[in-house]
Amino acid sequence: MNPIFKRTYSYLFLVPAAIIYFVIFILPTILSFFFSLTRWTLTEWEFIGLENFVTFFNEQSLSIGFKNTLIYAVVTSALKVVLGLLLGVLLTSKIRTKDYLRSVIFFPTLVSTIAVGIAFSMMMHPSQGIINTSLAAIGISGPDWLGDTRLALLSVALVDVWKGVGFATVIYIAGILSIPGEYYEALQIDGGNAWHKFWNIIVPLSRPATNSVIILAFIGGLRSFDLIWTMTKGGPGFTTDLIASIIYKQYQGGFYGLATAGNVILFLIVSALAFPLYTYLNRREVDL
Amino acid sequence: MKKKGFKPLAMLLCTILLTGLLAACGGTASKGSPEGGAGAGKDATAGGKTEETAEEVTITLLVDNTQDSVNTANAYIEAFKKKSPNITVELETRPGGSEGDNIVKTRLATGDMTDVFFYNSGSLMQALTPEKNLLDLTNEPFQANVIDSFKPTVSYNGKVYGVPTSSTTAGGWFYNKKVYADLGLKVPKTWSELIANNEKIKAAGLTPVIGTFKDTWTSQLVVLADYYNVQAQVPTFAEDFTARKATNADTPAALRSFEKLQELNDKGFMNKDLLATTYDAGLKMLAEGKGAHYPMLSFATPAIVQNFPDQIDNIGFFAQPGDDVGKNGLTIWMPGAGYIYKESKRIEEAKQFLAFVASVEGTVTVSAVSKPTGPYLIKDAVVPDDVPALVKDMLPYFETDKTAPALEFVSPIKGPSLEQITVEVGSGIKSAKEGAAAYDKDVEKQAKQLGLEGW
Repeated sequence: MNPIFKRTYSYLFLVPAAIIYFVIFILPTILSFFFSLTRWTLTEWEFIGLENFVTFFNEQSLSIGFKNTLIYAVVTSALKVVLGLLLGVLLTSKIRTKDYLRSVIFFPTLVSTIAVGIAFSMMMHPSQGIINTSLAAIGISGPDWLGDTRLALLSVALVDVWKGVGFATVIYIAGILSIPGEYYEALQIDGGNAWHKFWNIIVPLSRPATNSVIILAFIGGLRSFDLIWTMTKGGPGFTTDLIASIIYKQYQGGFYGLATAGNVILFLIVSALAFPLYTYLNRREVDL
Repeated sequence: MKKKGFKPLAMLLCTILLTGLLAACGGTASKGSPEGGAGAGKDATAGGKTEETAEEVTITLLVDNTQDSVNTANAYIEAFKKKSPNITVELETRPGGSEGDNIVKTRLATGDMTDVFFYNSGSLMQALTPEKNLLDLTNEPFQANVIDSFKPTVSYNGKVYGVPTSSTTAGGWFYNKKVYADLGLKVPKTWSELIANNEKIKAAGLTPVIGTFKDTWTSQLVVLADYYNVQAQVPTFAEDFTARKATNADTPAALRSFEKLQELNDKGFMNKDLLATTYDAGLKMLAEGKGAHYPMLSFATPAIVQNFPDQIDNIGFFAQPGDDVGKNGLTIWMPGAGYIYKESKRIEEAKQFLAFVASVEGTVTVSAVSKPTGPYLIKDAVVPDDVPALVKDMLPYFETDKTAPALEFVSPIKGPSLEQITVEVGSGIKSAKEGAAAYDKDVEKQAKQLGLEGW
């Protein structure tokens, strides 16, 4: 018999997964590279070279889209790292309500993003929303969270952090708990305080957790769509448009080839940013 | 040996897994088109019967899922059933808006369309590749009932593909008559009169103009409803615009539409929280008299009737005024149309159904469940007397022939980003000139994607 079948576990085992992976992942990816070069109506296509890419780069809101996407990804991943780490430390320390707090922190992750978006856009209503009415009760006139062109993107980013920080915290909890106890003992012998424990042990040794959080949050931020769409639809005007929402609007307009070109661009950007980031972070990882 | 026994087992498992996978694939494929599959099945059986007994045929109809559309469609179906008892029409619904556009396009593209479907006329219909997907209805006898002004909005290369399914709609300004009476104001005939009214309303502490930009589409009204004034000054604008000979930014009359919107923002006439205000909230403000004007399509009438029945008599309607008092007219929106899918297997029955829709009897049927928001486009059809006062406000414009269809019904081009651009102009992010230029770019993109000549 063929050597392939002689192994304990035949390669044939891979076939089902490979077929699924090929049909619903590899094939569409290859096809999308092709259709991005066409004018496409789903049934008919006409080859137009790089014209879609030219149009996409001329798209008036695109430069804003690039900038916003980057701001959004950086802000959300940075806040998730900082808050996730602090909450992770808090929730691995000896406090009474630890288990309860862990569930509370993780809970927003379980809620549907669309529901979160709708709920928050109601709470952020400038005159009737609960946030501004509570602020008004203590004498502060709150801003128009989603209407102010300078604030809208950050408001959405904050909601994203609120929703995603629980997940980051869980990764940090796992990371912090896997730090061997010897380090803490050594610190005690050397007479270090809580700050030393945090800065010299927990931060460097939970680096694998930090890396996972950064990578996940950053990629998630780059291709984020659902939250921004439910909260602002890229508005007011185009001020909170992300690359993904721009692409979506091209699909809505029926510009399938153009939208596919946008997806190819997004794919390239995500890989161009994520891969170097990944190698860079991994190089600086410390072995336990 | 252990190993030997393992191999057949592995093969067996593989086979099971693979068959499972294939079966699953097969399942999805047939699931992908539940309506189409079921419909086709029924058609086949019905077709078999036709030869013997000539009875019981089922055709399918797709409409959008707003309450009004569903009511209208059901009224047609019921009345039609009484007239042609052997034909049953099965109703299917789809979402509205861009999502609905996508569904219609996808179903046409995958050969999964219903026999008859109701969809927009004008530029959206042009995007359906009519020659390939829709049945040519130019020479059907029932087209004689349809008023000629409607036909261009459902025509492609000189062939007519649809019939109107409801009444016309107008774009203009709703106003609260109580506020007008309290402040002693008169219905404005020019833009400057409107501005003067707004100043007085503002001084009285009310919101002169309701902005509901949370629902972005509502932000386009001031620009779109100004088209009567544009074409009054530049009669060839639609043609030139389609042929890329005229742009919004460089045609003063068209730019004026954007400037009007900017002026409303510059003078602080709109509510401060307009970016967070929804369409429904806007109607409420208007009905309760907190806002005096609301630029909107008259299709909002049924919603006001339903939600604020005691206030409906306080609401009036006027066309968006231009700068010249002699050229005051109304921009109208053509109703959606009924189309027949070209590959339908029940073309004869589908034609009978549309013939009913395009008859005076059909309009009577509809007006019973959905009050018209303007005249019907069927010859000899009348608007019933019990329509709200604001619909009656519209009738004089029609009687004196001072109406023009909105630009999207006379040109296949309508840029998809107009609503975002008008939000920007209406909230002061962009100036009118920048907005008009941005819209020209958006239009260029659409024309290129449609593959129009000369772009």
